[in-house]
This record gives sequence, structure tokens and C-alpha cells, in this order.
Amino acid sequence: MFNYSFRWNQAFASLPQMLEGAWVTIQIALLSMAIGITIAILLTVFRRSGNKLLSGVASTWVEVARNTPALFQIYMVHFGLGGFGIHLSPYLSLLIGIAFNNAGYLAENFRGALKAIPETQTRAARSLGMSQGQAFTNVVMPQMLRISFLPITNQMVWAILMTSLGAVVAMNTDLFGVTKALTDRTFRTFEYFAIAAVIFYVITKVITVSARLLAARLFRY
Amino acid sequence: MFNTGLTSNDLWLLAQGAGMTLLVTAIAVSLGTILGIIFGVLRYQLGPWWALPLTFVLDVFRSIPLLIQLILANAFVNMILVPTLKIGKVSGFTVACGVLAMYTAAYCSEIVRGGIEAVPANLRRASRSLGMSWGQDMWNIVMPLATRVALPSWIGLALGVMKDSALVYIVQVPELLKNTQILITRLQEPLLLLMICGLFYFLISFPIARFGGYLEKRWSND
Repeated sequence: MFNYSFRWNQAFASLPQMLEGAWVTIQIALLSMAIGITIAILLTVFRRSGNKLLSGVASTWVEVARNTPALFQIYMVHFGLGGFGIHLSPYLSLLIGIAFNNAGYLAENFRGALKAIPETQTRAARSLGMSQGQAFTNVVMPQMLRISFLPITNQMVWAILMTSLGAVVAMNTDLFGVTKALTDRTFRTFEYFAIAAVIFYVITKVITVSARLLAARLFRY
Repeated sequence: MFNTGLTSNDLWLLAQGAGMTLLVTAIAVSLGTILGIIFGVLRYQLGPWWALPLTFVLDVFRSIPLLIQLILANAFVNMILVPTLKIGKVSGFTVACGVLAMYTAAYCSEIVRGGIEAVPANLRRASRSLGMSWGQDMWNIVMPLATRVALPSWIGLALGVMKDSALVYIVQVPELLKNTQILITRLQEPLLLLMICGLFYFLISFPIARFGGYLEKRWSND
């Protein structure tokens, strides 16, 4: 049918290597999400603090993260910080770049979620004698995280897809990097990347489906 | 104090890259939107079961990294299709536009479907019972109302595609980030060049994103 002989066996032989790469990809995505959520909560607090400097920092972070390409952000972490004499390994650059992006998008999601939580709850908590911090961490934040559960899983999928951008900082241990190294050696671009695509598809599907099941389990009333 | 090896020629290279970014985005978004509207209407008309194959195919475009989509499409077209059909080499630009258009269409069909679903069913029944055909109902009743719901997200999508078009460097399209990379390799001034590059993306994206946010607030139903 095609004037091209597929060599799937050769590609399948390197499946273990690629699965190892997939594991690194998942690690990076999970770590970047953990860091991203933490920073996003901090940014949300900064934005609500009323302090000009802090909310300025938070807004700048969110706008830069949302209005420039993720590829650019990762590039900036690796080569831009290199200009200041800070040289990070590809793994760290990729992790920091994705975490930066996650934090920006998640902070915006959190802001949307906060709109759904009535201000009266904070006031009620305060009049029960909780401090500002206690009211936020015990009353507002759990609800905020619950409302933005689905956006968070979406961001997790984005984080998985974004790990492929590590190619630009010569990352070679994640799924994309491993596949790229294999194709550079074998020139079987189509076969290897088709397998990588399937692995990516399975990972993202597992995440979305398990998130949906988890949401049904956690948030039933 | 401020020395740089940046010449006017280099700035011209950056401008060309920026133009290429905008060109790829414009083609991909316009093609993708047309396809997205067709797919979105189809998915709505067919219902969840019969649209399953279409939904699956479009979902694939959203679940695989764009970088891999580009590489796969490029490899498929140039290593497999070209020798089989005995045609000339297909340029990276064409491949990039095609892949980005399908990527846009996948997201756009979701937005279109959401917009159509947001139109109250009673309103459509009313228009049909007034004697409007399906087409008239779609054009005169559904489209204006669905556009209100869908436009803010569509603006977000278009900006997303503009940012994602930075990835087409992988199929040798000289867009902004690629040209910046070339200059960084030569001039060894990553910070300055990246600042220029980032500023360009930011200046295009930020005002339009703000405008989208404004529309969303202005047009919301409450």
C-alpha cells in the first residue's frame, strides 16, 4: 500500500526504554503540579492581601505565565538564567518552567473559584474568632480547591503534554527525549513517535478518567 | 554601559520570525475555526453515540503533545506519502499549518458544541414552529446566541494557538522563537534576545486576552 516498509518490531524492542522515559515524564508532571499548586495558592493569597507590592508580583507572574508560550518560559529558565550565571540541569529547567506555567494558570483558576465562595463565609469565620489566616486555610481554601478540582486535572494533563517541550533544553530522559534519541539513531521517526503518541494518549486518558472517578467519589453530597 | 552585537539585520530577522508566527497562526486559526464549526455542528446533530468516532479522533489531537503531532505528521507526509504518491516534497510550513488547523478544530468543535447547547431548546422549537427551516433556525437564531457564549473562549483558543505556534520550529519553520534561537547561538546574549521575543508574544497576547475577559464579563447573562 505504501512505498515504505514499517519496522514496528525494532521500535517495540525499545519499549522498556520508552516506558522508563514515560515514568520520568509522570514524575516531572506530578512534581511540577505540586509546586505549581503551592505557588498558585501563595499567589492567590498575595493577590487578596491588599499589599501593592505583593499583588503586583502575583499579577505579573500570572500575566507573564499566561501570555507567553510555555516553550519560551522553559527556554528562559534554561538560557535566560544562564545569562545571570545560574546554570540549571535540563531536568530542573524543565521542572521549573512547567511549574511556573502551572502556577500562573492555576492562580487564575483559583481566582475564578474564589468568586463562587460567598464573602459572608469569611466574615462568619472571623466573627467566630478565627484569624484571617485560619479563616482562609480552614474555610475558604478547601472549598476553593474542591471547586477547581477539574481545572487542576486539566492542568495536570497540560503538564504531561508540556514535558515534551524539554527537547528545547536538551532534556533526554523523559518520554519525548528518549524517543528523540532513539529516532536520531535509527531514523525510524514515524514508528517510534507513533508509539510515544500512544503512550502519551494512555497517560492522559488514565489521568482524566481516574480524576473523574475520584471526583465522583470525593464530591458526592 | 549597554553594548550589544545586535544589528538592524538581526532585528529584521526577528521581525520576519514574528511575521511567520502571525501568518501560521492566522492560517491555522481560520482553517481550524471553519473545520471546528463543521465538526461542532456535526457532533451536536449526531448526538453523543453516533458522533463517537469523530469525538475520539478530535480527542486524540488534544491528548498528544503538539510537538509529537507535528513530528508524526511531517514523517508521515514526507517519508511515507511523498514516495508512495510520487509527489514533490511537502514543506514544513504546510505541515505546520495543517496540524495546527486540526488542533484548533479539535478545541473549536468543543467550544461550538457548548455554544449551541447554551441556546435554550424552547427557543429553537419556537423558531421551527414559526416555519423556519433547520438552516434558517441555525443561521438566524442559534448562531447569534451561540456566538455570544462562544466568542470569549474562542479568543482564548486563538491566543493559545498563537503561543503553541512556537512549536512549529520542529518542522523547520523559521518562526519567532526559532529565529531568536539562531541569534542567541551567534550573539551569545540570551537575556536580551529572549526579552525581545517574550515582549512580542506578551504585547500581542495581553491586550487581546484582556479584551476577551472584558467581552466575557460584558456578555454574561447575569
